[in-house]
Amino acid sequence: MVKEIERAGLPVVHMCTIVPISKTVGANRIVPTVAIPYPLGNPELSQEKEKDLRRQLVDRALTALGTEVDSQTVFDR
Amino acid sequence: MSKFRVVHYLNQFFGQVGGEDKADIPPFVKEGPLGPGMALQGVLGDQAEIVATVVAGDTWFNENIADAQTQVLELIAQHKPDLVLAGPAFNAGRYGMACGGVAEVVHNELGIPVITGMYPENPGAEMYRRHAYIIETGNSAAAMRKAAPAMGQLALKVLQGQELGSPQQEGYIPQGLRKNIFTQQRGSQRAVDMLVAKLQGQEFETEYPMPSFDRVDPNPAVKDVSKAKIALVTSGGIVPRGNPDHIESSSASKYGKYDIQGIEDLTEESHGTAHGGYDPVYANENADRVLPVDVLRDAEKEGKIGSLHRYFYTTVGNGTAVASAKKYATEISAELIADGVDAVILTST
Repeated sequence: MVKEIERAGLPVVHMCTIVPISKTVGANRIVPTVAIPYPLGNPELSQEKEKDLRRQLVDRALTALGTEVDSQTVFDR
Repeated sequence: MSKFRVVHYLNQFFGQVGGEDKADIPPFVKEGPLGPGMALQGVLGDQAEIVATVVAGDTWFNENIADAQTQVLELIAQHKPDLVLAGPAFNAGRYGMACGGVAEVVHNELGIPVITGMYPENPGAEMYRRHAYIIETGNSAAAMRKAAPAMGQLALKVLQGQELGSPQQEGYIPQGLRKNIFTQQRGSQRAVDMLVAKLQGQEFETEYPMPSFDRVDPNPAVKDVSKAKIALVTSGGIVPRGNPDHIESSSASKYGKYDIQGIEDLTEESHGTAHGGYDPVYANENADRVLPVDVLRDAEKEGKIGSLHRYFYTTVGNGTAVASAKKYATEISAELIADGVDAVILTST
């Protein structure tokens, strides 16, 4: 789906846990996430800290959308 | 003559531990064959023996692939096998990645053959086809009846050092390896014959299928994210409680489009997941963990983004055909563009 959205002309960032799959399917902007059943969460944290973590990851995704890339790029920092 | 030794790798489901709720289990070893290993042992007969079965959770493996490979390799190596069997994984993505990951490390470190089974669309197939003979299977466990014998028979051939036919003949997914053979006709003759057939609209078989390089160039970055309209799309199956459009938990035949206008936060009462391929507990408690509406609303209020698009789109990525996913995304993109969306965040599980 990521590739088709890109093909349609929309910049798209893939937030996913299994980065090798994201690369294989051709995502260009990738943000690695926490875990398979909770990519943007962590049930071990308090609700507040979990939301902070989620916000951090989404901020990274927004940065990815605003960053020029010329090939598949993983934004993990 | 002593029997060949085989170790079999299974996930938590086929290893009879449990379903998605047990997908996070670390590996353990059981003596002898287990689950589908029984069928495989039947095919291997008295020429080879499954001396041990290693079982591990699909989520455990995929969340830390390098570590998982090291740990599973050690458990396999202890049994000094002549060959490793894995799965079959059919179209289960994480399981295919695990079987493939096992194949890679066994191939590289132990130098022994690995036989597994996958549906060709399994992401593990493309990634790991060089490291194992991946018998081509159907897309669900209903195909076990054919997959097990095919795997077992190929295993025996390989153990006995028999010469193998082409991938098509042996039933495994081509590894992209070129093999020199002698033929009656020389190359120029074969090439001309092929061209004539092509010109006449007749069938011909290429000797070298071109790999499909379906890559899309990245789009230019969003100039000013603080003014951009951002849309959320997910393959994690997030839906309003009750799944009103009945999106299937696997092999989704449709996608959903849902209104989040005025919704600041997804809650246990409002949204859940329809996806059958991961433990749903966490997404059902708080769907923001898969579709981050809450923090995007905050970003919107702070002026960090222009706006969060009114609709989110969702489908279930579990075993959904690539062609279907392509179709949904094409339709979704057209709507997003018509709605003036500038960029997309797509979340997956």
